[in-house]
Parts: sequence; C-alpha cells; structure tokens
Amino acid sequence: MLNISGIHEGYVLDHIQAGMSMKVYDYLKLSELEGCTIAIIMNAKSNKMGHKDIIKIECPLGSIDLDILGYIDHNITVDVISHDQIISKEKLSLPREIKNVIRCKNPRCITSIEQELDQVFVLTDPEHEVYRCKYCEEAYSGK
Amino acid sequence: MRHCMSPLDFSVQELNELMALACDIESNPEKYAHACEGKRLATCFYEPSTRTRLSFESAMLRLGGQTLGFASADSSSAAKGESVADTIRIISGYADICAMRHPKEGAPLVASSRSGIPVINAGDGGHQHPTQTLTDLYTIHSLLGRLDHITIGLCGDLKFGRTVHSLINALVRYPNVHFVLISPEELRIPSYIREDVLEENHATYEEVEHLEDSMPKLDILYMTRVQKERFFNEEDYLRMKDFYILTREKMALSKPDMIVMHPLPRVNEISVEVDADPRAKYFEQARKGVFIRMALILTLLGIHIDPAIPQPSVEGGESC
Repeated sequence: MLNISGIHEGYVLDHIQAGMSMKVYDYLKLSELEGCTIAIIMNAKSNKMGHKDIIKIECPLGSIDLDILGYIDHNITVDVISHDQIISKEKLSLPREIKNVIRCKNPRCITSIEQELDQVFVLTDPEHEVYRCKYCEEAYSGK
Repeated sequence: MRHCMSPLDFSVQELNELMALACDIESNPEKYAHACEGKRLATCFYEPSTRTRLSFESAMLRLGGQTLGFASADSSSAAKGESVADTIRIISGYADICAMRHPKEGAPLVASSRSGIPVINAGDGGHQHPTQTLTDLYTIHSLLGRLDHITIGLCGDLKFGRTVHSLINALVRYPNVHFVLISPEELRIPSYIREDVLEENHATYEEVEHLEDSMPKLDILYMTRVQKERFFNEEDYLRMKDFYILTREKMALSKPDMIVMHPLPRVNEISVEVDADPRAKYFEQARKGVFIRMALILTLLGIHIDPAIPQPSVEGGESC
C-alpha cells in the first residue's frame, strides 16, 4: 500500500476519473505553481468508482481556479485543507464561462488571427454540457 | 451603447418597432431625410460585397448622413497586420456608427467589445448576417402583413446557407410558422438546426426533395443557390440540379399570392423568365433592405423623429 502524507494547507482533489489526473494537472496549470508540492496518485482503489485518481496540492489557498475544475469534471470532490484540517468541501458546478482554458478549433474564427484575444467559451446547454466559442459559436468537442 | 451582432439581439417587440419604423421611413422618406445630418457611417468591409455595403451607404445618405470606409482588407490597415480591436478604436474617433463585414467569424463582436461607437455586423464569414435576416423579416411583414401563420418553403442549400439558418432562428419565435425544407439529401438542414431550433421551439416542418410537390401550399418560397462544389459527385449534381431551378412552369403550381424571395446574388436557380412574374419579390426585397438598415441606424444612434410632425408624402411613394 502506497502512503502519502497529509498536507498542511492546500487542496485534495478526489474522485478524479482514473487516468485523467494528468489532464487535470495540465488544465489547472499546476506546473506553474511555484514552490508547491504536488502528489498525483493514479489508479487508486475506490468503492464508488472502482478506480480513481487523486491529486494533493500543498499550496496557499486561492491558488487554484475551482471554476475551471468544474468544467473539467464536476464529479471531482475538492477538500480544502488549512492547518492540517479539512475546513470545507467545495461542490463543483459547470462554470457559465471559461477563459483561456480551451482553444477554439474553428479555423474561420477571429480567435485564430486576432492578437491577444482571450479564448472565451460560454455554457449554452448545461444538460449536455455544451460550451460554445463566444465569438463564432462553434461547439467545443475536444473535451 | 447598443450593437447589432445577431438578429436575435432584438426581442419580438423590438423587431416590431424596428419594422414599424422602416415602414414609416419607406412611406415618408422626406421626414427622415435630415435625421442623421452631421453623422458619419464607417463601412469597414474586409471582404468584397456589392449589395450590403451599398445598401448601408444608401441608407446613411438617405438619412442625410455621410459615409466613409474601405471595401476590402487590401485597402485597409489589416493588410499591415493591424488587429480588429485596434482598427475599431481608430474608427471610433472618425465615425458615429460602423458597419463591419469580415471573413472571420466573431470579428464584429470583437470590434463591439472595444468600440466607442455602435457596431453593426454586416456579415462575419458563415456565422451571422443580421441585416439580411432583418431585410427578410421586413420584406415578409410588409408584403404579407404578418410573420405568423405562414408556410415558408426554404429551397436549395440548407446545409451551409447561413441566411436560411438565421431566418429559421428568427421565424420560430412567431406562432404557426410551418417550414417546408426543400433540398437534396446532401444539403439537408443540419441536425443542430432541426433539433435545437425547430424541435426545441415546437415548430412544424417537413423535409422534401422536390420543389414541385410543395409549391401549392407555400405562402413564401425562399430560394438559395445550389452550388456544384457542394455535391459529392457530378452525377448527383446533374441529377438534382434541375429540381432546384425555379421556372415559369413551377410558378404555375403556386398560389396566386405567394411571394418568391432570394438573398441574391442569383446565378441560375431562378430563371430570368420568372422575373416578370408579379410574385417575384427578390429585387423588391433588396430595395426594402435599405429601409430596415435606415431604421437600424436610427435606432442604434438613438435618434428619434417625432411622428407627430406632419411631413409631406412623397409622390409615387409606395406603401409598405
């Protein structure tokens, strides 16, 4: 059994779909968190999911955009840790708008040529989790 | 400040007001001849257009305003690599309102977010062309007197035609509009229009392949071009193309008060012989586009002409 110690301050992202933790790592831009310790646990046994991934992040609170996490997978659970204690469990929901997380793939979209234009996607169909580019309205299909 | 990016930017009530204003302008042009005196319209056309640009310029000139602008990206600073955001900041200092056409989808929206003046989307790639849709709605409303309780046949390339998609989006907001979607199998309406627009709004529709079969039931026939390059092979194109050419013989099958519309340019999908038929309204449609653009310019500039001031009617002026 592999053991990873608890964290003093930061976040524990639990119930990540098995195999998806590296994608979550990239989306959250965790490589850019300077001076933070990150543990990625892959393929852990789970009563609920069979197998799951977990990410533990030792970092100052507020360093992570939880809205983006809601877009990646709103079934992920987030424990917020302070002074070695869980102080809250964040419930994730689909963000209404996401900025600079995914890129529009439509070659005819203005985002393909306009300098320094934010990549903005808007939630247009919460039931089917459809996001569309704010500018060309192309649905994002690469999640 | 208000912009016009999509026909759905306007509520049904606002559309009714816009069309009522266009109708008053069409009936009493003299009343509005100086409404935009001292105002300038910038026509920023990053790709060529004949009707839309000239229609906007005609609209502003008829309102007593002036126009400036460019007619292709080559003759603008875009050729030097300037962004849309920077261009509109500059134009905002030169003009009071801007009509922008751009090959990239969403470019007018980017412009509107950085602009100090109202921006009208005059067509952005295959995305939106709101003033064409406003023209279509105004034409139908002024010729038939209603936008509800109609059977409209949309014929030709229903897969790639943004004009058709946009018109469907606008018309599903009115009660009892029945859509007859006439196209070859290859060019049928995309599923997102069928499911997310027609079915979502409980609109009734039927999909057919042959134009003749539907002619007798139509109040409006909206023709679009079927382009050869849209077909998978030449054999299919040759087999199908005649189904979608409107001729005098096909017109004989339709109601005496049906109207024929087309966003233009027409290539060969409407025989020239049909032009003489009083039901052929496509040139009238292009003419009416000027009045709805005048109404749009006035609305976005916030200019109100007091309807109580009596104005002389123009001789020969046609009622809308």
